[in-house]
Amino acid sequence: MAAEEHGEGLTFHPMDQFLVRPLFGHDGEVGVFTITNATLWLALSVLAIALLFIAGTRGRAIVPTRIQSVAELAYGFVHKMVEDVAGKDALKFFPYVFTLFLFILFSNFLGLLPMAFTPTAHIAVTAVLAIAVFLTVTIVGFVKNGAHFLELFWVKSAPLALRPVLAVIEVISYFVRPVSHSIRLAGNMTAGHAVIKVFAAFAPVILISGAVGVAVTPLSILAITAMYGLEILVAFIQAYVFAILTCVYLKDALHPAH
Amino acid sequence: MSAETAAEHGATAAGHATEAASGGMPQLDFSTFPNQMFWLVVALVVLYFILSRVAMPRIGSVLAERTGTITNDIAAAETYKQQAAEAEAAYHKALDDARAAAAKVIEESRAEIQKELDLAIAKADAEIAARTAESEARIAEIRESAAEAVQTVAKDTTKEILSSFGVSADGRSVTSVVNARLKGGAA
Repeated sequence: MAAEEHGEGLTFHPMDQFLVRPLFGHDGEVGVFTITNATLWLALSVLAIALLFIAGTRGRAIVPTRIQSVAELAYGFVHKMVEDVAGKDALKFFPYVFTLFLFILFSNFLGLLPMAFTPTAHIAVTAVLAIAVFLTVTIVGFVKNGAHFLELFWVKSAPLALRPVLAVIEVISYFVRPVSHSIRLAGNMTAGHAVIKVFAAFAPVILISGAVGVAVTPLSILAITAMYGLEILVAFIQAYVFAILTCVYLKDALHPAH
Repeated sequence: MSAETAAEHGATAAGHATEAASGGMPQLDFSTFPNQMFWLVVALVVLYFILSRVAMPRIGSVLAERTGTITNDIAAAETYKQQAAEAEAAYHKALDDARAAAAKVIEESRAEIQKELDLAIAKADAEIAARTAESEARIAEIRESAAEAVQTVAKDTTKEILSSFGVSADGRSVTSVVNARLKGGAA
């Protein structure tokens, strides 16, 4: 029996896929400018987006090619989202929202490739994105509306007695925004990828024990497939959610009155 | 036995994994944060410039151009439709005119033919009448000459008969007698 094990056994390393490692050299030190697997997959996202949106639209065809169609569809999708959710005057933030949406979308989808690294599963990445949105919204809110931006926290439609209480709640919820904004994305990515990895660890059971493996291995492969399908959905939905919440926050900054 | 071995291996592997991840989630390994944040900002800035300077103006202009083209084409189609309607109206008018002209020509021709026909009929009638009159005159003439011939023959015959009886008769009395007989016979 021991000979059939190939000296492997069950190995659970569901979180190893999130390790940040230097690409070159094996000293393991990760400095600020070290080129890591994170750098590689960020670069691949940028490259893929550039390929789709620059190489794909090179023809500038009135009747678009398939790739140009995809680029136009993404453009139209985010354009409509910004306009519908945040209003016409928010369209100057369209490039910003478009950048965020595409970056998250492509990072999520590229992260679904086997052996890939998912930058958006890292709280360091999503926190930067969320804090950038938070700062943008806060600065735009004060620049556009001055002190009137504070009316966002003063719920005029509520009875006067309740307003201070509501103001405290509103302020807390305002500052919790970047936290939920970033953890939602990183959490979704981490959880899905980790679950796939756990199921993947059960897949080679058949090499260890034939009797148990006959049942466990097909089940785990089925589970990986199902989770992968779900993760494809989640990859899009999380990018969409991040972008649409950015639009909602921008709307607050531009039109703070409730 | 085998299950135990597997469990043992699993436990050992789990222990290694924990070591590798330096005691937890790599996401919470703050030593990599500056690196990730630096490269993220680099990626986002590059991406922002790629999109806002190259891709978005290009797609925007293509979409605007397409909208323009479609609007122009629809307007052109509207014009062509208008022209087609006008052409159709002109065609129908021309057809109606041609029909009216044809009807007029037919009417004129018919009138002319009728006139000619009337004329020909009148001429034929006149000719027929003339012929009839002529024929009647001839018949009357023939009848008259026949009567005269009968009178002459009767006189001569009477004279011959009388002479063969040996009676000479003067022409006057014979003539009167014959005339009387002929009148009586006729009556």
